[in-house]
Amino acid sequence: MRQLLTGNGAAAWGMRLAGAEYVPAFPITPQTEIIETISGWISSGELDARMVTMDSEHSMLTAAGTAAATGVRVFTATSSQGLLYAMEMLYTVAGWRAPFVLVNVSRALSSPITLEPDHNDVLAARDSGFLQIHCSTCQEVVDSLLLAYRLGEDERVRLPVIVNLDGYYLSFTREPVILPGEDVVSRFLPPYDPEETQFRAKDPLSQGVAVLGGSHYSYFRYETHYASQNGLSVFAEIGREFGDLTGRFYSLLEEYRTDDAEIVFFMIGSFATKAKEAVNRLRDAGQKVGLLRPRLLRPFPEHAIAAALRGVKGVAVVDQNISFGKGGILFAELASALYHIKERPLALVSFIGGLGGRDISNAEFYEMARVTAEAAQSGKIPPPRLLYTKEELARIQGLKAIASAGLHKEQ
Amino acid sequence: MQKTSANALIPTSHLLGSGTATCSGCGALADIRLFYEILGEKTIFVNAAGCMTLLTVYPFTPFRGSWIYTAMASAPAGAQGVRDALDLLLAKGRLGKEEDLQVVVLTGDGSAYGMGLSSTSGAMERGLDFIYICYDNEGYGNTGHQFSAATPHGASTATSRGMTGFPGYKKDLFSIWAAHNPTYLATVSGADPLDMVRKIKKAKDLRGPRMFIALAPCPTGWHFDASQTVKIGKLAVQTGIWPLKEYVNGKVEHTRIVTKKRPVDEYLKMQGRFSHLFEPRRNEKVLDEIQTRVNDYWKNVEEGE
Ligand SMILES: Cc1ncc(C[n+]2csc(CCOP(=O)(O)OP(=O)(O)O)c2C)c(N)n1
Ligand code: SF4
Ligand SMILES: [Mg+2]
Repeated sequence: MRQLLTGNGAAAWGMRLAGAEYVPAFPITPQTEIIETISGWISSGELDARMVTMDSEHSMLTAAGTAAATGVRVFTATSSQGLLYAMEMLYTVAGWRAPFVLVNVSRALSSPITLEPDHNDVLAARDSGFLQIHCSTCQEVVDSLLLAYRLGEDERVRLPVIVNLDGYYLSFTREPVILPGEDVVSRFLPPYDPEETQFRAKDPLSQGVAVLGGSHYSYFRYETHYASQNGLSVFAEIGREFGDLTGRFYSLLEEYRTDDAEIVFFMIGSFATKAKEAVNRLRDAGQKVGLLRPRLLRPFPEHAIAAALRGVKGVAVVDQNISFGKGGILFAELASALYHIKERPLALVSFIGGLGGRDISNAEFYEMARVTAEAAQSGKIPPPRLLYTKEELARIQGLKAIASAGLHKEQ
Repeated sequence: MQKTSANALIPTSHLLGSGTATCSGCGALADIRLFYEILGEKTIFVNAAGCMTLLTVYPFTPFRGSWIYTAMASAPAGAQGVRDALDLLLAKGRLGKEEDLQVVVLTGDGSAYGMGLSSTSGAMERGLDFIYICYDNEGYGNTGHQFSAATPHGASTATSRGMTGFPGYKKDLFSIWAAHNPTYLATVSGADPLDMVRKIKKAKDLRGPRMFIALAPCPTGWHFDASQTVKIGKLAVQTGIWPLKEYVNGKVEHTRIVTKKRPVDEYLKMQGRFSHLFEPRRNEKVLDEIQTRVNDYWKNVEEGE
């Protein structure tokens, strides 16, 4: 069934197709359309699920975790400040090893407060124990929801999963989407089996208990780490299986025109579609440029990435996030994955752009490719570039003058 | 009417295991024991950060039923998830009726009076079917007994060590909770087990939010000898400082009216946290104020009832 769906609509459909039964919720822009859609389906009787609006995202994540730990299939969604408000519980519920899916509609963080996207919100959850799947199209959102449940519920993993889509650029963009049919879903995603993780009168269970001492603590933390890493092979496996059923194959990475590429853009999310456009133009102009986009960020597919970049001369890492005082988060992740590889790319160049939904233009992609090629050739690696044009600078200077106008008058 | 001895009414099957990490003489543990006797093992305790989090330390638990530790602010939200999931499983036939559990939130006062108030309010406003036990030791016990919103006026705590003690006043959580119109709400004290047992039994058979605030004398935080827990608990009621009451169908009723109240001094003097009000000299101003507030409270009760 082909439909025109927004990214948010696709997320709601993914939840519906996956047969999630329980949805603790709390509204935040740009996620609201997801919970409104689900609520609408429930009240019209189209969907048999229970949705509860909690008092906060912290409570929402707690209820999601305890419901999953009681043995039902759970879906929830948030954005930005909501994800941060829930952060204590993200870390907590991951340790319960009760899988469920959380959709995060990326939105930049305060301050200054804004509505448009970048990835600092979801990257703040990087070390929580949640696996992370990053989408760049609405089709990928629907499919990733099904993949996420299957992945998190796999007995080798048993961890909650974040499916990330960018606010506005994906959440509110309509694209044609093929909805997997019930036959596909029932073959791909069996009903949730809570295994021994459930509360029953006859089988009492203690969850989230305290440990005394670092040794016990370490054991459980290591166990979660291994479980997360298992997610790599499980994802590869189920991505193929999903492809056999639907014709849409999902691997750990999207490799776009990388085969003979000398320069590769490395980035996540919907802006990667912008990079693709630039790649096409650069290819038209005879340059050997490609794009590498990890779908999974946790676990981090470092071997697959290293293999994909073999023979590449320069990588332009485009971080739509900023770690103040350090720089791009993906850049550091990628560098650590490549350090011990003999035939690693000669140049890794760091670019930061797209913060708070700021566009990245074709011209900027060309410039990034040029700078990276030059670095690979000269061996001189330029410092990280924060994308910002002269025109933007002039505009903000003008605004600053307005903002401080009253101030000067009084002085 | 058949005469029954008090002891026969108080169950003592020792359902809650012993050997936990609480301090000796812990009033909270005594409260929980009695709750557990009546609520039984077909329960799941949803706990918030506090002293009682250390009841269950891997791989041991004193509970015969289930337990989940959440975080300091969101135990009632955790209860929501468990209850909803159980209901879904029951409705879909994936869980037999006999496998159902009573969902019990267990938090301290710090959580109940403060950080957890929002999630508790949400649970009550949704009419969640659960029991909430707040063991009130009047401070952030687990972190070394700093003052909380439940700390009484004048008490010395780790963060109110001056000569006048805690300058604030104990928050009226009972009224805040009552404003949500829960199915049932009561204050209890482990030192008055008959009253407590009656209330727990009553709540057990009801549905909806059933809320308890249990006085929990704390030898470690209140500075008294572990042997005095029950005596202090009794004095809290006999002086009128800890009113035993319940809220049913929109009405508050006091379940123990002490006609001849003892002076608050008797209660305060037994606890190191108030010693600065007596030594080196009596702080008449603060002591008077405490006594007056208690008198006023009961005057209101008498006029109201
Ligand atoms: C979010 C958060 N902030 C602070 C703490 C530290 N903390 C642990 S227990 C506790 C005191 C809780 O007080 P209360 O609810 O009265 O329980 P008690 O310790 O007295 O049993 C605090 C502040 C925490 N665990 N989580
Ligand atoms: S500090 Fe107080 S409440 Fe906490 S375990 Fe010790 S006696 Fe009990
Ligand atoms: Mg306390």
